[in-house]
Amino acid sequence: MKGITKSFPGVLATDHVDFDIRSGEIHALLGENGAGKTTLMNILFGLYQAEEGEIYVDGRRVIINSPKDAINLGIGMVHQLFRLIPSLTVAENTVLGLRSSRRPFLDLDVAGKKITELSERYGLKVDPKAKLWQVSVGEQQRVEILKALYRGAKVLIMDEPTSVLTPQEVSELMGIMKKMAADGLAVIPFVTHKLREVMAISDRITVMRRGKVVATMRTQDTNEKDLAMKMVGRMVLFETETVRIPSERVVLQLDKLRAINDKGLPALEDVSLSIGEGEILGIAGVAGNGQTELAEVITGLRRASEGRILINGREITNKSTREIIEAGIGHAPEKRMETGVVPDLSVRENLILTNYNDQSLSSRFLLDRISIDRHVDKLIADFGIMTPGKDSQVRLLSGGNLQRLILAREVTRKNLSVLVTVCPTRGLDVGATEFIRNTLVSLKKKGVAILLISEDLDEILSLSDRVAVIFKGRIIDVVPTNEAKIDEIGLMMAGAVKTAE
Amino acid sequence: MGLVVKFGSIEIEFRKRATRPRYLAYLVPFVAVIVALLVGSVLLLSEGVDPLTAYLALFNTAFGNPYSLSETIVKAIPLMLAALGTAITFLAGFWNIGAEGQLQMGALAATWVTLTFSGLPSFVIIPWTMFVAFAVGGVWGMIPAFFKVKLGMDEILTTLMMNYVAILAVTYFIYGPWRDPAAYGNPRTQLVAESARIPAILGTRIHLTLFVAIGIAVLLYWVLRRTKFGLEIRIIGGNKDAAKYAGINLFKNLLLVTLVGGGIAALAGMGEVSGLYYCLPKSFSPGYGYTAVVVAWLARLNPLAIPVSAFLFGGLLNGGYGIQMVFAVPIALVNAIQALVLFFVLALSIFYEYNIIVRRRR
Repeated sequence: MKGITKSFPGVLATDHVDFDIRSGEIHALLGENGAGKTTLMNILFGLYQAEEGEIYVDGRRVIINSPKDAINLGIGMVHQLFRLIPSLTVAENTVLGLRSSRRPFLDLDVAGKKITELSERYGLKVDPKAKLWQVSVGEQQRVEILKALYRGAKVLIMDEPTSVLTPQEVSELMGIMKKMAADGLAVIPFVTHKLREVMAISDRITVMRRGKVVATMRTQDTNEKDLAMKMVGRMVLFETETVRIPSERVVLQLDKLRAINDKGLPALEDVSLSIGEGEILGIAGVAGNGQTELAEVITGLRRASEGRILINGREITNKSTREIIEAGIGHAPEKRMETGVVPDLSVRENLILTNYNDQSLSSRFLLDRISIDRHVDKLIADFGIMTPGKDSQVRLLSGGNLQRLILAREVTRKNLSVLVTVCPTRGLDVGATEFIRNTLVSLKKKGVAILLISEDLDEILSLSDRVAVIFKGRIIDVVPTNEAKIDEIGLMMAGAVKTAE
Repeated sequence: MGLVVKFGSIEIEFRKRATRPRYLAYLVPFVAVIVALLVGSVLLLSEGVDPLTAYLALFNTAFGNPYSLSETIVKAIPLMLAALGTAITFLAGFWNIGAEGQLQMGALAATWVTLTFSGLPSFVIIPWTMFVAFAVGGVWGMIPAFFKVKLGMDEILTTLMMNYVAILAVTYFIYGPWRDPAAYGNPRTQLVAESARIPAILGTRIHLTLFVAIGIAVLLYWVLRRTKFGLEIRIIGGNKDAAKYAGINLFKNLLLVTLVGGGIAALAGMGEVSGLYYCLPKSFSPGYGYTAVVVAWLARLNPLAIPVSAFLFGGLLNGGYGIQMVFAVPIALVNAIQALVLFFVLALSIFYEYNIIVRRRR
């Protein structure tokens, strides 16, 4: 790709970008959200058309007007959100949209054979006859890869390929990518953070920032710190310091909690945990093992069927959310836009969403406009929330700004003693991630007990004092972070019970 | 990047607006009315009526002279109150189309008070009538909210069905226990005592309920912006999950907002009884409570804009009688034009929400 330029009104998404990939190579594309990497790859895959610049495949100039053109040229794409149909089988999903040789009937036997052959060649373990809803996320991703390979892809673009996988699945995927490269395929993973994985897998790395290529280099010539600096454009404090606060005082205590999920099935079983003053307890687990329900039960959004929750020794089990908020629990929820804010209301109103009852912001019935404005202005400045103004709607904020807004509101609450935060940096770029993590650390220094529920194991390991692993609603084990081994945690996340030593 | 639709070489992009320009809030309803009248003219043509003459006649009957203007305001009063009551429940995300029933119950309650306490002086009985009408309409409006929260019943159905109950209840009293034998073939209740009548502006039928309605509009605007209750309403209407997350009591607030909304709509019925007819006549409301839904949307649920849109619809209603009489077209045609206004207000809202960019693909 040469001199690729594409602008959207107000922004130059890619500015004379050059990018090349050789066969047999893994060439990672790295950049923060909005750096232009998605735009660039969407141009290559025919979803957008560039205004300037040329694309060459095997030395021949090509014009790619649609994904169909791209596929015909041997370019395949694995999206971050899989585009598969749950009620169909793996084989059916693979051939979906293709012309069959036995029209109008499907050629599933032939397809099945080819799928088996491809999957053996690259170690893509799938069962062609399984329905898609029955298979794991990792397997769904393998189906997406198969779909692309089945269509004869020689270049495979992968959008944030590891964001949904467990550590074991990640290493499996890396093996697959290496095998594909060894077989002569060209692989382009693009990635926002997870620099460690990029270092481990790629041959070359291109870093983009604000629509421009900052550098293209061989992986062996660079390191994580250098990459982070190139992405953000300044030094990044990456190792968040873990300050051990030698407080024994328990702030939040969960005692044999049980709860059921929306389907009426047990979601939490005998969960007992405690978090001390100034401690961060990380909850590691594959999504859907009760993490969401745990956060909801503590914050009063879901009933506990059994067990007790104590905050500073006071019982708050099944109290109303209002009482729990007043008892000092802050909550930065997983679904930021869906739960954490009212998208159509203004930045001002959303910044007081959970604390407008505070005496400094309102009287018995009336809102105190002057002190609200003062409070809101301060939060916007202190937390660097980028917004056209406090009257503009929250639904237009970017992910990073939205999370800044939610945290600004939650952590500045008057009597905050516990913060429950779920996937606090998911989908955020390096700059916002750094800010959010620093906020959590400074909160910890103030003595707040933090329950950090996250699917990002690196995040948990770098921030928490102790790690609890959850599987099918049970806490498998709680270990101090400095004694934790990543592969052991990975095994526990996948359900392996820790054997007695 | 918004949704992009491609037609051959033309590309249309829908991009969510970062800020909604203020002028659009006025332009969109205005254009919606114009487009509705244009489409309505096709209907008029199909009835063999020249649209231009018909609309001129409509305009004349609605706003052409002091008398028609005053009659338009008379119709705007119940529309305004019913629309205010509807708008506040809509803002809380409660799809209440029960203003008609609440208005009927308000009229029924007002009739009961005026018949029962006829001996009281004006300054006692008029506020008392208002209070009882408000309370009865409010409780009537609360019932669907209760069942919605407790049993998950859909409020659109319950509010709609309860309208028929209320209308039939009024019919029962007019033909049954409260029928005035002195009125002969004209089914209505006895006339209200002089002291219980809401005075009108001299020489017109515009009763002073108008000022109550405008006062309520201003009050609601203030409540929504300046009070905790108003903020809670808008949070609930904007995102129920966020409301729960913020610790807002949905049940209590929903009951409260439907009480207030139902009460305000009931004042529309009370005004008709105590200020206009001085009795409870048969079919005194030509569906004010339903038209109120359109009035509220045309005002984009803004309480301060509702008096304006109510005035417009009062004119449309009044003018509708005009063209119905002059051109002998069915009243359904006027209703159809009203419906078209709602349709285009909703359809054209897309220009308010999105920036629409049309370009030629290279």
